Amino acid sequence: MKKGILYINQFFGQIGGEEMADYEPEIREGLVGPATFLQQQLKDIEITHTIICGDNFMGSRKEEAVQRIMGFLQDKEIDIFFAGPAFRAGRYGVACGTICHEVNQKLNIPAITSMNEENPGVEMFRYTDIYIFKGGKSAAQMKEDIKAMARFANKLVHGEPLLPAAEEGYFGRGKRHEIYPEDGPMAADRVVDMLLKKLRGEPFQTELPMPKTERIPIAPPIKDLSRATIALVTSGGIVPHENPDRIQSASATRWGKYDIAGMDSLSPEIFKTIHAGYDPNAANEDPNRVVPLDALRAYEKEGKIGKVYDYFYTTVGTGTTQGEAARMGREIARELLEAGVDGVILTST
Amino acid sequence: MVKEIEKTGLPVVHMCNLVPISLTVGTNRIVPTISIPYPLGDPAAPQEEQWKLRYHRVGVALDALAADVKEQTVFKVKI
Repeated sequence: MKKGILYINQFFGQIGGEEMADYEPEIREGLVGPATFLQQQLKDIEITHTIICGDNFMGSRKEEAVQRIMGFLQDKEIDIFFAGPAFRAGRYGVACGTICHEVNQKLNIPAITSMNEENPGVEMFRYTDIYIFKGGKSAAQMKEDIKAMARFANKLVHGEPLLPAAEEGYFGRGKRHEIYPEDGPMAADRVVDMLLKKLRGEPFQTELPMPKTERIPIAPPIKDLSRATIALVTSGGIVPHENPDRIQSASATRWGKYDIAGMDSLSPEIFKTIHAGYDPNAANEDPNRVVPLDALRAYEKEGKIGKVYDYFYTTVGTGTTQGEAARMGREIARELLEAGVDGVILTST
Repeated sequence: MVKEIEKTGLPVVHMCNLVPISLTVGTNRIVPTISIPYPLGDPAAPQEEQWKLRYHRVGVALDALAADVKEQTVFKVKI
């Protein structure tokens, strides 16, 4: 028998409504509120405890709330974590996402919640490793939402094969998995079917949907290039020969930064590409074709720019999900900003 | 990655060959390169030509960082 714990807010914990939203985190043995119905739907999973926390407590004293709840879990046997369902309740949804993410990251166990698509918790947490099921607008859909969470939890603990997010009923996390359908047409047939439908102007369903584009405000220009520090960043996989950070040749989740202070160009004696998505010969022969340090140095010497930043940043941009790319971009951007870099040239292959 | 860098307010220029993809993703400053495996220097061309091209396009990229653009812009290159 596996052990599970459910997190709910003060309202579903039957403590009270808005006036009790500051209710401090508490753990109770056994089933409270929605836990009873959840338990009925689960097979071979016992809900041992229910955690209750006021939405405002979690909202305004998040670190303390998370710390106390993680403290509750310290001595508990736990295989799977649940939170909600949160429907369209914004603070509750964010609370469920927050605690699921924390538990998932720290305890390395699956965490399942449910929210309506309008809940801000969805966008905040869907691209993490937690599962957010597509829930109803209000508690009127409590039973359906709990059933969906429980059905998936049962599959997880029984090690049953999992289907794509849309078929399981949770918000896609931007993760790609290879699956081998036991029956049905092979990939080559499916893609030609899609192409024929497209040519005929008929609707078709892609198997690799592109996430919606988010527009970024245009960053202000550099006022005085001659005093600016410029950094080089690449998705072209240029690394020192030994690839010290073991950046993957495809579907990268790691990036590296390498010292180029005092180098006039990127020497092929030191650098090469590990990118598996293009023919590496030209890049290996002259890595400046991908990361143009030689040209940027020339502009530094002429005084067109103030300085080339002392490190270049690199990863591999093939098969890399948008979620991973965004995370790596954020991590690199933070360092560049802290280093006082004024502008960035990012080269792609 | 370009967008996450730009979100912090740092100007960033994307030097890439697949300009339509960069536009679709939402990059604001783009300078085209000549190919996927050798963005800034065709190995079949003489060294001097490769250098000229790379020097020119990196120069365009630097000017792009200093350009006050109001919309997504693909900067023109001469070589």
